[in-house]
Amino acid sequence: MFGILRAYILIALWQARPGLAGYDITDAITYCFVTQAFIAPMQLFGGGLGIPERIRSGDIALDLVRPAPLQAWTLAEDVGRAAYLFLARGIPPMLVGAAVFGVVLPGGPGQWAAFLTGFALAIVVSFGWRYLIALSVCWLVDDRGVAVLSMVLTTFFSGMMVPLHIFPGWLADVARSLPWAAMVQLPTDLYLGKAPVMETLAFQAFWAAVLLGLGALGTRAIRHKVVIQGG
Amino acid sequence: MVSTYARLAWTWTRAAAAYPGSFVLMIVLGFVTTALDVAVILVVFANTTTLVGFSRDEVLFLYGAASVSFAICDMFVSNIDRVSQHIKAGTLDTFLIRPVSAWLQLCADRFNANRIGRVLQAVLVLGYAVAALELDWRRAWIIPVMVITGIVIFAALWTLAGAAQFVLTDAPELVNAFTYGGHQLTQYPLSIYARDLVRSVTYVLPLAFVNWQPGLYALGRDDPLGTPEFMRFLGPAAALALALAAALAWRQGIRHYRSTGS
Repeated sequence: MFGILRAYILIALWQARPGLAGYDITDAITYCFVTQAFIAPMQLFGGGLGIPERIRSGDIALDLVRPAPLQAWTLAEDVGRAAYLFLARGIPPMLVGAAVFGVVLPGGPGQWAAFLTGFALAIVVSFGWRYLIALSVCWLVDDRGVAVLSMVLTTFFSGMMVPLHIFPGWLADVARSLPWAAMVQLPTDLYLGKAPVMETLAFQAFWAAVLLGLGALGTRAIRHKVVIQGG
Repeated sequence: MVSTYARLAWTWTRAAAAYPGSFVLMIVLGFVTTALDVAVILVVFANTTTLVGFSRDEVLFLYGAASVSFAICDMFVSNIDRVSQHIKAGTLDTFLIRPVSAWLQLCADRFNANRIGRVLQAVLVLGYAVAALELDWRRAWIIPVMVITGIVIFAALWTLAGAAQFVLTDAPELVNAFTYGGHQLTQYPLSIYARDLVRSVTYVLPLAFVNWQPGLYALGRDDPLGTPEFMRFLGPAAALALALAAALAWRQGIRHYRSTGS
């Protein structure tokens, strides 16, 4: 429903400016529905991790003494959920888009492979970001503030609302170098075949590594934090 | 009725203000979240001067008008969508035995004063657009009428959505498509959408009267889709009809409510 409304806005814009950002109208429509399909697997509106709730209830102490690293374990859980949501909540919007407006599919197995790899990396980047947000609850106690802040940053700077390429001037350059671009804009460009494959995947892998690294540091930090509170 | 509502709302506000930091933060964040929609409009107009023939300030005008109505309803009425939780948990019974109308109590349920941030944002955008467009004052009288019409339409939509919960029990997402989707739809000139969609929101679900039809009059424009001039003034009648339908549906819902028994 929301995807359809967004598609009409993009159509109107691309009718006024054909070829904007190197997309034609069909590309713009496809962009809209591919990004719509990302919402659930990447939990773009935030949440998806049970950590904030467990920090507040104190159950996190149990999780930390388990013989499995918290971060890897949560990642595994999240990837599993993303795979399911990709099928259950990702495919239907694409079908709606295809039925109402018509969308393009990646041309050839090479583009499919690039897209699926980019999508998998995007899931990891998205997890890395949400994991950090979830850990921040340990210091902030109330998770609603950061949750909303994260949602605002993610939806705007990922290209979820409009493609980052049409942002004016320097804002576009800034937005394209931030981690959120690796979640939505880049995998969608891989899908459409509008981005150099190797560079894009390297950029995504870079942010995935940075966020996971920070997450690992954060995990160590909360271990101390929890111990100080007496567990 | 108003004083009862005000008293209930005040109770919830006082409770929320017990954590002043969080309270202020949520007002600011509400402002920022809704400002995202404006950011999108600005990004779109950084790439083009007109969208289906409408300028940036005209789109901001339509956006502002719809959002003021929507944000006010979001603050004062939208709490009613929690009725599905109350039905499931069986807590609706307590609402029914109190000597105040259930509708009023549910609208004030967990009243969220920090949504004032969204109202403020919408008022600012509308104020800016009206000032920037230098609207003809002989036509601008319709703006307050339009905002009130919009409030009635959105309030009726939320009531209908609440009433639907008595039948559907657990489908807040489905009915949100109509309330939040309705707001999403009215943010842009309706002429960007397909004709059938515009027809259905004109003649079936009167969302076109929230800001589009009266807005065209305020802007001194003809409808690109060719509806006659008198349609611009049908908003209040359409709002009243929808409100009546919503009231009937709500009564039916309450009457057919079966407690889960506890």
